[in-house]
Amino acid sequence: MWAELAVTTAKVVVVALAMVTTVPIMVWVERRGAAFIQDRLGPNRVGPLGLFQPVIDVVKLIFKEDVTPAAANKGLYYLAPLISLGVAMVTFIVIPFGAGHDVSLFGVPLRGLIVAPDLNVGVLYLLAIGSLSVYGIVLAGWSSNNKYSLLGGLRSSAQLISYELAMTLAVLGVLMATGSLHLSDVVARQSGAVWHWNAVTQVIGFAVFLVAAFAETNRLPFDLAEAETELVAGYHVEYSSMKFACFFMAEYLNMATASALTVTLFFGGGTLPGVTLTGWLGLFVSTAVFVAKMCFFLWLFVWVRWSLPRFRYDQLMQLGWKGLLPLATLNLVWVGIAMTMGWLR
Amino acid sequence: MELVVFYVAAAVAVVSALVAVSHRSPVVNVLSLVVTFFCVAVNYALLGASFLAAAQILVYAGAIMVLFLFVVMLLNAPSEQPTPEPRPVQRVAGLALAAITGAGALFLLLAVRVTPGVAPIDGNAVALGRLLVGPYLFAFELISVLLLAALVGALVLVKRKH
Repeated sequence: MWAELAVTTAKVVVVALAMVTTVPIMVWVERRGAAFIQDRLGPNRVGPLGLFQPVIDVVKLIFKEDVTPAAANKGLYYLAPLISLGVAMVTFIVIPFGAGHDVSLFGVPLRGLIVAPDLNVGVLYLLAIGSLSVYGIVLAGWSSNNKYSLLGGLRSSAQLISYELAMTLAVLGVLMATGSLHLSDVVARQSGAVWHWNAVTQVIGFAVFLVAAFAETNRLPFDLAEAETELVAGYHVEYSSMKFACFFMAEYLNMATASALTVTLFFGGGTLPGVTLTGWLGLFVSTAVFVAKMCFFLWLFVWVRWSLPRFRYDQLMQLGWKGLLPLATLNLVWVGIAMTMGWLR
Repeated sequence: MELVVFYVAAAVAVVSALVAVSHRSPVVNVLSLVVTFFCVAVNYALLGASFLAAAQILVYAGAIMVLFLFVVMLLNAPSEQPTPEPRPVQRVAGLALAAITGAGALFLLLAVRVTPGVAPIDGNAVALGRLLVGPYLFAFELISVLLLAALVGALVLVKRKH
């Protein structure tokens, strides 16, 4: 009982700390990456290569004045950033970050570097809790009592609902091929060779998922909620100090979760084709492989943000409903045919 | 432990359901209904039906209530709305319906014996899927036709306005 509790606590601490640490690192990567792409230097004064810049930024955010608009709906205005951050902090517990089914800690089997191995709805939990994040944005927009915030919040919620559908359909293709909701089963099925990866067998599904992931995390080219040229800063115009930081952290945490989910669903998770390791070595190597794959997608988020212009709102809706949704359905049909014909193992 | 979670979730569900029907502000009504759905999902999870719990949050709390919120915000209804005086017919009909529903619930509570452990579905999506495309295939297909009809109906209604 206590040993099991200790193991779960250890996993929660390790995974949550790792995910939260992604935020300052990604802020630095984003600023330096943006500077690199735009041929300038970026923050390079604080610490080596400007690495301590995020620390200074946090101190600055804490000491900023915490403004609440006089006409705001106080309760909801305080609740909105908490919903955003809270949802972002609990979604990643079903993602298997590494192997380790043959490792035990304090005499208790570890069952992989995944916080909740027993949650038998697996990825459905992630999608369900993730769908609640709309409330953070829409409430922030409404409770600020500011027309720009409201427009940003409404746009964003419409966008999230539209793209959630395409994303879920793309995930459904993977789940159909796997026959299980457990993400560790999804990873296990893709081990062995590169052509077992779902990114190869379900190219269309992967493309749809990736595009939808950009929309779901509110990143360029789909960050219409905070189109600063027309809406100032979207749903969080009125927020300052740590309340703003909550939205900021939630965005980067969602980015990390989306990257981890992409790796798990389509790129074989922590498995390395042709390499079979067991025990602690297997755990460490698979975690390192997972993190390496995840870093690529995190960089992709930054790369795309500073390379592509923003979509117009009607273009965004057209792409979601008339482009991605039929494509995701096509992918489902393909998976069905391939499974019946025995082309997928 | 489970009993504590159950009582907390059930109490919050009842209280937020009451707030949902009694509060003046439409946004608060919608949000407390979300809390109710969430607490009901917690109770599903306690019963071992974790698939149902996830579906409840995904469909009701995550999708349908967001649309409700969307409509409330777009209509921009004044937050403090005076309630119109109900007609006598409405009062009588409402009371009668409440009495029927309450009697039905009471009957179920007293008369129906729930035998535990009959269907250990264990939140298992596989078992649920087999049931849906096995014994309940006809009902399942019927519901999909119904949804399709609703979809077409919605499209026709929108098109007529243009």
